Amino acid sequence: MTTTKYDPRVLKAPHPVPGAPDNWKRFFSFNTDAKVIGIQYIGLALFFLLVGGLLAMVMRGELITPPADLVDPSVYNGLYTMHGTVMLFLFLFPVLNGFNNLLIPTMIGAPDMAFPKLNAAAFWLVPVFAFVLLSSFFVPGGPASSGWWSYPPVSIQNPLGHLINGEFLWILAVAISGVSSIMGAINFVTTIIRMRAPGMGFFKMPVFVWTAWAAQTLQLIGLPALTGGAIMLLFDLSFGTSFFRPEGGGDPVLYQHFFWFYSHPAVYVMVLPVFGIFSELITVYSRKPLFGYKFVALASFIITFLGLIVWVHHMFYTGTPQWMRNLVMITTMLIAVPTGVKVFAWLGTLWGAKIRLTTPMLFVLGGLVNFIFGGITGVMLGTVPIDIHVGNTYFVVAHFHYIIFNTIGFGIFAGIYHWFPKFTGRMYYEGLGKIHFTLTFIGATLNWLPLHWAGLYGMPRRVASYDPEFALWNVIASIGAFMLGVASIPFILNIVSSWARGAKAPANPWRAIGLEWLLPSPPPAENFEDDIPTVISEPYGYGLGKPLVEDEEFYVRRSMEA
Amino acid sequence: MTSTRQSPKKGLPLRLLAVILVSTALDAAVSFQVSRWAYGWLPVPASTAAPYVDNLFSLEVGIGCFVFVGCVGFIIWSLLFSRAEKYDESDGLPIEGNTKLEVTWTVIPFVIVMALAFYSIHVNEKLASLGPKQKYDVALNQSPDAVATLDARRDIGPIEVIARQWSWEFVYPDGVRSSELHLPLNQRANFLLISEDVLHSFYIPAFRLKQDIIPGSVISYSITPTREGRFRLRDAMFSGAYFSKNQTDVIVESEEAYDSWLTKTAKRPLVQGLSPGTSLYEKRLKDGDRGWATVPPAPPPMVNDPGNPEAPHDA
Ligand code: HEM
Ligand SMILES: [Cu+2]
Repeated sequence: MTTTKYDPRVLKAPHPVPGAPDNWKRFFSFNTDAKVIGIQYIGLALFFLLVGGLLAMVMRGELITPPADLVDPSVYNGLYTMHGTVMLFLFLFPVLNGFNNLLIPTMIGAPDMAFPKLNAAAFWLVPVFAFVLLSSFFVPGGPASSGWWSYPPVSIQNPLGHLINGEFLWILAVAISGVSSIMGAINFVTTIIRMRAPGMGFFKMPVFVWTAWAAQTLQLIGLPALTGGAIMLLFDLSFGTSFFRPEGGGDPVLYQHFFWFYSHPAVYVMVLPVFGIFSELITVYSRKPLFGYKFVALASFIITFLGLIVWVHHMFYTGTPQWMRNLVMITTMLIAVPTGVKVFAWLGTLWGAKIRLTTPMLFVLGGLVNFIFGGITGVMLGTVPIDIHVGNTYFVVAHFHYIIFNTIGFGIFAGIYHWFPKFTGRMYYEGLGKIHFTLTFIGATLNWLPLHWAGLYGMPRRVASYDPEFALWNVIASIGAFMLGVASIPFILNIVSSWARGAKAPANPWRAIGLEWLLPSPPPAENFEDDIPTVISEPYGYGLGKPLVEDEEFYVRRSMEA
Repeated sequence: MTSTRQSPKKGLPLRLLAVILVSTALDAAVSFQVSRWAYGWLPVPASTAAPYVDNLFSLEVGIGCFVFVGCVGFIIWSLLFSRAEKYDESDGLPIEGNTKLEVTWTVIPFVIVMALAFYSIHVNEKLASLGPKQKYDVALNQSPDAVATLDARRDIGPIEVIARQWSWEFVYPDGVRSSELHLPLNQRANFLLISEDVLHSFYIPAFRLKQDIIPGSVISYSITPTREGRFRLRDAMFSGAYFSKNQTDVIVESEEAYDSWLTKTAKRPLVQGLSPGTSLYEKRLKDGDRGWATVPPAPPPMVNDPGNPEAPHDA
């Protein structure tokens, strides 16, 4: 029955760190327990969601009227740059690494990550990076303000001429974040390949593990390009080289290739794990096996592969020759196929289901609807003639927020609610959760749906002011944005008060199937310790009457008695 | 599992088939209507390229709407008819897969997106023949004039389009300089896109034209306007502090009006052209230079026709 070549017991890490505190203080310590690190990541990320959200509120306040009257345009540019950077590098990547830390070891029955200390070090680089990035608000000249993509020559203009400037700190911060992400990726990939429980062949892994694996593989391939580009940019900015500086014979478009070679795949780094979360949750709350499990699992790697060869679709109007535009258009459109396979598999799972509309399921279904929408506008952007019209307009802003917030963000909320009982040992309040969902769904729709029309009509993105014909769409969007701000209140209330004094969570409140649900809530430091179960079935065996692991009753009983 | 309770049946039950047929027909009707509306979401089409783009967009909206309504309809259907009753702790139907179905829904999207891709390539080729684009590297010592000869079929031009932080300047072959772009109706106009500092983007929504302007390169681009009016030209590539103000107008007029504008303007003396960044920057300095660092705007271009930024535009 055993298909793994490695016995995880042999690879067990020394645990916990001697002298590590065992109360709330552990979340502020250099702890090497993946579950602690997971919560550290998620907590820090949610804090930065608020920071990025506040920046967005100021932006939407500025955009509620056509002229630039709330803040100086130079300030607006700094705000949108920092908003984008904070949301991507300090909210999305960390929060997803939090899920990886919580879920990968527990789902595959490993006691911890392969390299626990590296894991903790990767996490602690995040606050370092955050400090470097945010300190740029206080340097003369203000923070970086050439957008989160930092295209030269704007990004290397450095009007005050200081060596330490916002852009310098920005590049430094992005480089540190890259180091941290590479450290994480090595760890996750190694853990998945080498530390699965006995019997857990690749096709017995939960889909979340598949998607995390595919996503982290992308990190390993793509990040070096971004880091290389960032270092060259730093040299151009600070030391007078001319890699990208046109006066010195450099090519600013070259930077865009470096940048997008990583940053296009980066969207899959973020969205793939959310596909994993969708797959996990839809089966649990439909009480059905995942339709076409193997197709869904493999589609992750097909997306990884295709994701690496489409970056030029961000550069259709930069002077790219026609043959290249046509080629990239085809590869871009191809991504719709494995993605479509996943969507149809989720819909197939709903067929003949026993659906339960808990808060996580609401966020999943809401996210799914938004993802279908965002996917369709994505295909539009992939076709060259349409992209030439709507590229770099608010249509793009609307499209990527449909993916990045209305899909990925929703998936993250769903995941947080779903696994909250498991990792905190407390139940959340369903009522507050539903209020949070309703406000979020309405707010997000008001915020980004109208902006599609603004973009189609020709409103460029990154503007602090705009022509009056765009006013109505922007007023609705700003109302939606403020509603999203309000939506965070029930969420924060829920998390804080449930964690402090919510009902004690049973081991498996949702009747979910998976190794993590065979552990007590919250799981002990080394998960299964020396009693790692032997996996005998594919995941999601609802209605099939087959146990997931050998001797399942033993694990169930033990998890309930703990 | 349920087969003991139901009579044996071949294929899909009739009622289900009817539901599928009716809802598909409804979905198609709705999508068709939405694809009509899609034309109205775009600014007036004012160039020979615009109808191709608009038709493709309408087609994509139609297909997209069909898929979206179909999928969301299915989700709503499931929510209505596949909810677990309270206290029902049983499992749903344990269907794990169906190879035929999975192959079908892999093939269908594949066919749709490839059809779209090939149709778009066709549109691309059409657009390229209506307005060819050539990028020239200045470092290679190819003079802008060499670039201009590339579009032999141009009727007017080459008009130099000079983008700066933050102003637009247009230089006509006979030396006329203007802050607004004047074009004669139905004539193929050729532009040389030039940037003096950073990336900018030449974007006229009504023409469905966007082309980044790259410092260090000259790009030759042609387009034929097909509708008289005053249209907005917007910088679409972030170019620094006063980026959002880097807008001007394109005036498409009859050939006579255009010719008389050219001759009249040629006689006018050079004056300061439109440069919204300049006045905003002066205001900022007067208010105590608050805000975060910015490059000072380039001096306003000296032009024969400074344009009229107050005039209302059509799209
Ligand atoms: C998950 C949450 C979010 C993420 C990951 C995110 C990410 C981003 C990114 C990457 C950009 C691009 C900046 C650029 O154009 O360079 C951006 C722009 C923007 N975001 Fe968000 N955002 C999020 C939430 C929000 C929210 C809640 C709002 C409004 C309340 C908002 C409003 C905006 C606006 C107005 C822009 C400026 C668009 C422009 O650059 O023209 N975002 N966001
Ligand atoms: Cu992309």
